[in-house]
Amino acid sequence: MSQVAQGKGRTGFIAGFLILPLALYLTFVIWPYIQTFGYSFTNWSGQSPTFDFVGLDNYAALMKDEVFRGALWHNLLLLVFVPTVTILLALFFAFMVNAGGRSGAGGVRGVRGSSVYKIVYFFPQVLSLAILAVLFGAVYRSDEGGLLNGFLTKLGLVDPAHPVEWLNQPNLVLWCLLLVVVWHGVGFYLVLFSAAMQSVPKDIYEAALLDGAGRAQTFLKVTLPLLWDSVQTSAVYLGIAAMDMFVLVSTMTSGQFGGGPDHHSEVMATVLMRNFLYFGKSGYACAMGVVMLVLTMILSVVTLRATRRERIEF
Amino acid sequence: MTTVIKAPGEASAERSGGSGRSKEGGSTGSDGMVLNVFSHGFLAVWAILIVLPLIWLALGSFKTDSQIGGSALSWPSNWHFDAFSRAWDKGIGDYFAHTLIVMAFSVPLTMLLGSMAAYVLARYPFPGNRLFYYFFVSGAMFPVFLALVPLFFMVKRLDMLNTYQGLILVYVAYSMPFTVFFMHSFFRTLPTAVHEAAVIDGASDTRIFFQVMLPMAKPGLISVGIFNVLGQWNQYILPSVLMQPQTGSDPERYMLTQGLIQLQYQMGYETDLPVLFAGVTIAMIPMLVVYLSFQRQIQAGLTSATLK
Repeated sequence: MSQVAQGKGRTGFIAGFLILPLALYLTFVIWPYIQTFGYSFTNWSGQSPTFDFVGLDNYAALMKDEVFRGALWHNLLLLVFVPTVTILLALFFAFMVNAGGRSGAGGVRGVRGSSVYKIVYFFPQVLSLAILAVLFGAVYRSDEGGLLNGFLTKLGLVDPAHPVEWLNQPNLVLWCLLLVVVWHGVGFYLVLFSAAMQSVPKDIYEAALLDGAGRAQTFLKVTLPLLWDSVQTSAVYLGIAAMDMFVLVSTMTSGQFGGGPDHHSEVMATVLMRNFLYFGKSGYACAMGVVMLVLTMILSVVTLRATRRERIEF
Repeated sequence: MTTVIKAPGEASAERSGGSGRSKEGGSTGSDGMVLNVFSHGFLAVWAILIVLPLIWLALGSFKTDSQIGGSALSWPSNWHFDAFSRAWDKGIGDYFAHTLIVMAFSVPLTMLLGSMAAYVLARYPFPGNRLFYYFFVSGAMFPVFLALVPLFFMVKRLDMLNTYQGLILVYVAYSMPFTVFFMHSFFRTLPTAVHEAAVIDGASDTRIFFQVMLPMAKPGLISVGIFNVLGQWNQYILPSVLMQPQTGSDPERYMLTQGLIQLQYQMGYETDLPVLFAGVTIAMIPMLVVYLSFQRQIQAGLTSATLK
């Protein structure tokens, strides 16, 4: 880092360069974040300029709110399954791409066309969630016109007279959404894990192979421990995504801001938006925002702690 | 070992099993070979699962509405582009324009302001430097939902609801944490000698930044620029809260993502699904083009940012 002399005029320069970014960031990010805490203790409707301070009433009401509790439960389910399924699949594919090739004198090699796989797999990541919502809305259509029902009918697994109502079945809807998230995420984490695998020095693998380790052993004993840092980071990122889910739920499922059928796909974000924009309960919505923040923080800390291992240097 | 096999290609590999095996013969260690076929098989299945729905959707633009409702596996009969032109007229063209207007300002502004802050924080030691840095970067950790309600009223108070300038400023502000974080690490790696030479030549700090440092940081700017383009282009929650017509006479300024969802509702009522599929296809194409032209930088940029 350059040690630029602290001469005269530097203060002006520094301040000049910081002032605009800082002002924007404070106005639209930091200040609203702080205000949310304040509003969460009020009964503000958002429409009227006046409101009363109600203490912890909003939080007490939240605990009794069946819909919110259901939403919280769904978020927790997603929190377990989204990272687990995505990371396992991504690790599996990353290992295939990087070490699934024929082995020879050059040691373990990747499969042919590995870069093609990486390009194709990553593509969902650049599509907006709105596009995914429309796409999978069509895939999950509850008649033969849906891709999934169409296929299953063709294979004779589904009776054409009674196709599966994927997104309207209370016990299916959440898992259908989960599949979309996994479909979207696997490619990105595959690329991420691949990059991490490639940064592992080749001779570590070669040494393991010379010692007679099989591929499965090499993966479990060598690759995985060396990748642990990225797995950990991924778990946190995916966990944060599982806490959100707003776009998919609100656009793919029935109900005002989604959540249907009968609140079976409700997540905290959709309940928050409905209370804010539809019921006009701004203070109450703010309390939900705070709960989401607290859970996100707990999630990050717990994931980082629970998965902590000795760091391996190479 | 270099047995040259005429590129098996994904097409032959996905049929998997027997054919791949017989081609490669028994020359290699059988462990690797079985695994190779096995890996190609799994990899190809997932590749199909990615590509198939997208192609299916695009083909839907060439079907009739009753065909779409009838059977998913029917082959399109209407090889005309009329659904595309109807989708364009139904608003996709406008939504595109709105998104481009916003991004024409928000992306350059994000890059400029983000780089300025990152540069000062990376290369000028001053009291509170670290504090400012963490302050900027910490924004990336909080869920947007935490800010949503007050943000709406903040923008309302500034009289900027449903205006381009409002959304531009909000996009810039929310892109700041990542941009500062990324450019900060980039500016730190630039050599100091060039900077010192410029100082000796009598260039001012501002001038050094714009004429020396910024051009040198071009690779970093490109990576973070692509990331911001993707992020802002795909943003849904912020525009759906901030870009709603406020009065009956207020014009609609939906972004593309919002517009697609709008189109979905509309076409559900009007039962013209080819238009919806065409609309989504139109929205997908620029992303596909951007991605394929920059896929190396996109993958590298996102990975390095996440692994830090």
